[in-house]
Order: sequence, then C-alpha cells, then structure tokens
Amino acid sequence: MTEPFEPKITAFVCNWCTYAGADLTGTSRIKYQSNVRVLRLPCTGRIDFMLLAKAFARGADGIIISGCHPNDCHYTSGNYHARRRWMIYRNLMDFMGIDTQRITFSWVSAAEGAKWAELVNEVTTSIRAMGPYAEYKELAAAGVE
Amino acid sequence: MELREKAKQLLESGDVKAVLGFEPGTHGARRPAFARSAARAERLVHDGEQNLASYVTRKEVKRMGRVAVAAKAPVLRALLQLMAERQIKEQDVLPLAVDAAGQVKELATAQEMEEHLALEAQAIPPADRELMDRLNGMTRQERWAFWQKELSRCIKCYACRNSCPMCYCDHCTMDCNRPQWVPVPSHALGNLEYHMVRAMHLAGRCVECGDCGRACPVGIPIHLLTFNAEESVHAQFGQKAGASSKLDYALSTFRPDDKETFIR
Repeated sequence: MTEPFEPKITAFVCNWCTYAGADLTGTSRIKYQSNVRVLRLPCTGRIDFMLLAKAFARGADGIIISGCHPNDCHYTSGNYHARRRWMIYRNLMDFMGIDTQRITFSWVSAAEGAKWAELVNEVTTSIRAMGPYAEYKELAAAGVE
Repeated sequence: MELREKAKQLLESGDVKAVLGFEPGTHGARRPAFARSAARAERLVHDGEQNLASYVTRKEVKRMGRVAVAAKAPVLRALLQLMAERQIKEQDVLPLAVDAAGQVKELATAQEMEEHLALEAQAIPPADRELMDRLNGMTRQERWAFWQKELSRCIKCYACRNSCPMCYCDHCTMDCNRPQWVPVPSHALGNLEYHMVRAMHLAGRCVECGDCGRACPVGIPIHLLTFNAEESVHAQFGQKAGASSKLDYALSTFRPDDKETFIR
C-alpha cells in the first residue's frame, strides 16, 4: 500500500519579517501544516531566481517566497528589487511552461504570525490537490546532480 | 555614401583603425570582416545578419583603437547599451548606420545614434512574433512540451552566449564551478537552467537582435526567451534596452509603486 501524497514545500523567507513572523506563529501556539521547510535568507533581495529552480530540481512540489511588506525592508529596498525580479521571472517561467501556480509570493511581517499559518495551510492544501510536480521531477531525474 | 567608399575614406584619413563589416563568404554567405586597409575595404559589404557589436568589447579589438562599425538598428542599440554599461566609450567606436539601399551615415555621438534610432520603430520580426503569439496561446503543458522538445536538442555549445553583444563578462557564471549553479552536461535539467539563466541575465538588457537564435547550430528559437524577458520588462516598467547611452537597467532600479498582481 502506498502512502497518500504529502507535498514538500520549500519556503524562502527573509530574516527580518517572515522568519520572525513564523517564529511568532510558534510562540503564539498556532498550529499549521508541517509540510513546509523554511529557509532563512537575509532578505528577499537575496533570493536568487535560481534558488527556485534548484528547489524544484531537488524535489519541491511547491515554493513559498515571503518577506517584508513594501516600505518595511530592513535594508530599505531589497524587497522592491526582489519584486521587480519576480515580475520578470514569473512571466519567463510561465513562458517556458513551468507551473507558476506552485510558487506563492507573499508579504508577511513579523507581527503576522496568524497570516503565516494561514498562508502555509492554504498553499499546502492547494499543492496537495495539484499532486506532485511530476514534470519537473522527471526532468531532474534525467539530470545527473 | 556607400560603405566601401566611406570605409576607404576613413581608413586613409586615419580616423579609424579598422572598419568592421562583412565580406562575401562561401555559397553567397556573409562573414564578418575587419578592413584595416583601404585595399581590404574594397571587399566590404553591409548585408550580413550577424550583430557586429559583439566584437567591439573584445580585448583584441579594443587594442586596435577606434573602429567603425557598419550598423543596422540592432547594432546601434547594442552599442548604446554597451556605452550605458560602460563597456565601450563613445569615442572608441564610429557607427556607420546603413540603410536598406546600402547608403551609410556617420553617427559620431551617442546622441546622434539615439536620434537615428528614434526614427524607426523597433519590432520583433514577424515570424518570431507569430511563434511567440502561438506559444502564448498554448496551455502551460503544451508550452512545457514545446520547450522540452526544443531544448532537448541543445548541445550547450554556448554559441548563443558568445554571439550575444551583451554577454561580455570575463567570468561567466556558466564557466563557474565553485559553486556550480548550472550543471555542465547538456541534459534536460541543465539545458533548462542554462537558458533560464541566460534569459534572466539579459532581461532589461537584450537589444532584440535575435543573434542568439541565428547562432544556434541546432536551430532552437532561444531568442524568444530573451525577447519574452525584454517584453515583460518593457510592458511592466516601460524601460527599453539600447534606447540610450545612460544606464536605465530595470532590475537595478525600482519604483515603490511597481504594480504586480500575484503577491499576497
């Protein structure tokens, strides 16, 4: 008997807002789905577009990118730069046929512990419904990483 | 004035050290040619397709001194973008704008180049436009299948990178193996990642000459990827690569009111 599909979700979050927000979720004792693997980076501006491709290649079924709300960046403008990059990259991925439905961008501040829990739950549910990202997994299997 | 005549004049007066154009190759093909003497200039033609701006950033060409370049619109855009990115100086090159009849016009300053370019509208060639529209009309799965089929032919020869006037980095991330971002072998994953990186690195910098697609030995329409990135830059931020010799790179600037629809 095979086990039911549980999605693997990679979350790239910024150190100053979303990571602290996710911490607040924990200290507020809000429960959320455990499918998410949180990766802390200094800033959303640090999240290279290749990190997303690498996450898919290493078996992620869904990705969350989250950082400070506009105007709240610890480094003043990192999230603005990141936003521009995603605006271009998302279109390119869609043009290349990569499933952009599996990538969720969000702003979660350090005070929004409840929003983080809600976001993770929502994304997990939707990715669970979508099933494993078979196309990309097949592609990665062809690679010799 | 005709290109040959102009080239001879420039070389004889010593205004430029070389004139970069084309000469007839085998089977009626055109190959790039550096005319460094008036005698050599006799062989020059202007109707090649390659973007000659990719040569002017090379060290051996820079060492020659000032060079004149037979330039159609994409070459002019590439030269302006290279000036904006401080890869060449205004006085290092002398673009000779070529019109359809083969008449050349000297454009000595960046401002003249900008004015000349403003005269003609920039448009993606009809065949490419058609393919792009067809791709955009497909479902995502069909697009994925299309690109997987196309990219499966890629042999990672990097001709697309080498032919590109904007790919001038001494140390390209493709050649970097510590850390190795993109796998070297031309398997499906590496090919996808390579072309993704190439398109992203050219987003907001691509002058839409389509030389990468022409250089591809296996005929993958890879120029559509950079066209897509460039178009989404223009549509969302209104910036256009190669429009000016002042740097206006979309991804190194931002506006607090950039509008997107997907961030929750």
